Amino acid sequence: MSTYAADVAALARKDLRLELRARDTLPAMLLFVLATLVVFHFALPAGTGHEPAYGLLWVALVFTALLGLGRAWVPERENAALDGLVLAPCDRSAIWLGKALATLTFLVAAEVVALPAFALFFAPLRGTALAGVALADIGICTVGSLVSAMAASSRTRELILPLLFLPLAIPLIVGGVGSSVSPHGGKYLLFLALYDGVFSILSWASFEYVVTE
Amino acid sequence: MLIRARDVEKRYGRAWALRAVSFEVDEGGCLLVTGPNGSGKTTLLRLVCGLAAPTGGVLEVGVDRAGLGFVGHEPLVYRDLTALENLELYGRLYRVPERRERTGMLLERFGLWDARNQRVSGYSRGMTQRLALCRALLHDPQLVVLDEPYTALDDEGAGVLDRELEMLAEERTLVVSTHDAGRIDALADTRLALA
Repeated sequence: MSTYAADVAALARKDLRLELRARDTLPAMLLFVLATLVVFHFALPAGTGHEPAYGLLWVALVFTALLGLGRAWVPERENAALDGLVLAPCDRSAIWLGKALATLTFLVAAEVVALPAFALFFAPLRGTALAGVALADIGICTVGSLVSAMAASSRTRELILPLLFLPLAIPLIVGGVGSSVSPHGGKYLLFLALYDGVFSILSWASFEYVVTE
Repeated sequence: MLIRARDVEKRYGRAWALRAVSFEVDEGGCLLVTGPNGSGKTTLLRLVCGLAAPTGGVLEVGVDRAGLGFVGHEPLVYRDLTALENLELYGRLYRVPERRERTGMLLERFGLWDARNQRVSGYSRGMTQRLALCRALLHDPQLVVLDEPYTALDDEGAGVLDRELEMLAEERTLVVSTHDAGRIDALADTRLALA
């Protein structure tokens, strides 16, 4: 394993270990996404077709991710541990990538419960919808880890994070809903893959400037 | 010359944290920084470490991040990891050779070996400060920057730090800010009093 990959793995493993001990992110994400789906189940009038439900699924997933992203840098804020990581001679983008991988793990874990629940309450998910969720997860976590790091250094982080993240998540919702309902779902999957590629590179390249003056 | 500062300034918005500070520290030297609260000691040390950038002036530090050890007001460790896990993580990121031996040696030296598997959240303030010192010295840095290192240490911990600083001063460069200048004065060859 290269030094960079070993650093990323060590940083992601640290976040998983912290979550296993503190258990303050994943249980909240699970409860939130299930509660949201239940609320949507009762909010949709009887006889509504499947298509609005797919839209609501994406709303639930994005806000669940937002909940996880709001907690993502809390361990680094405590005791100023982020300064310790920034001072280390590793590539600073490894800090971002480790955080994105850990956040992705939590989001996928929440979806392992949320997607079957959606199928139970609303409608089955086809293959392109599942692929759309997988691709959107990558975009959510790469961009989300960057903007949550930006927000973490602000006193008004709870306000800043959704204001920064939600506009950037609009293309992911467009692609995700398209892959779920459109007969040309493959086109939307390509769009999501392109978003992931472009925004992952931008986030990777700009993280250093976010954590240093 | 390892550190050279010429008219270094730092401003946060309209507030000045540092104004026209100049000093030089030779390789192997020891700079003692003193001054009342709010005089800019912490700001100056963060500039030296590269955690902040000066607003004006020139600051040259002749070591990269791999050669720098820093103890700040915060311990820079994870509360929900044990001492061993924290040092293992930092040892990996700093590419410390034989890091298990080095970690064990430092924990022994700073009296934390018996608490090595305890989470930092259960440590007293003094124990956390000792762990912060272990973390800063883990990679045997060429330049050691210490911001109020005696904070929260009991007599035993302060004695350990005294001995450690004496050893470090023989072969490393030190920058130390403290209110207790008497403890460091004998080691210092440069003094900077901020007003």
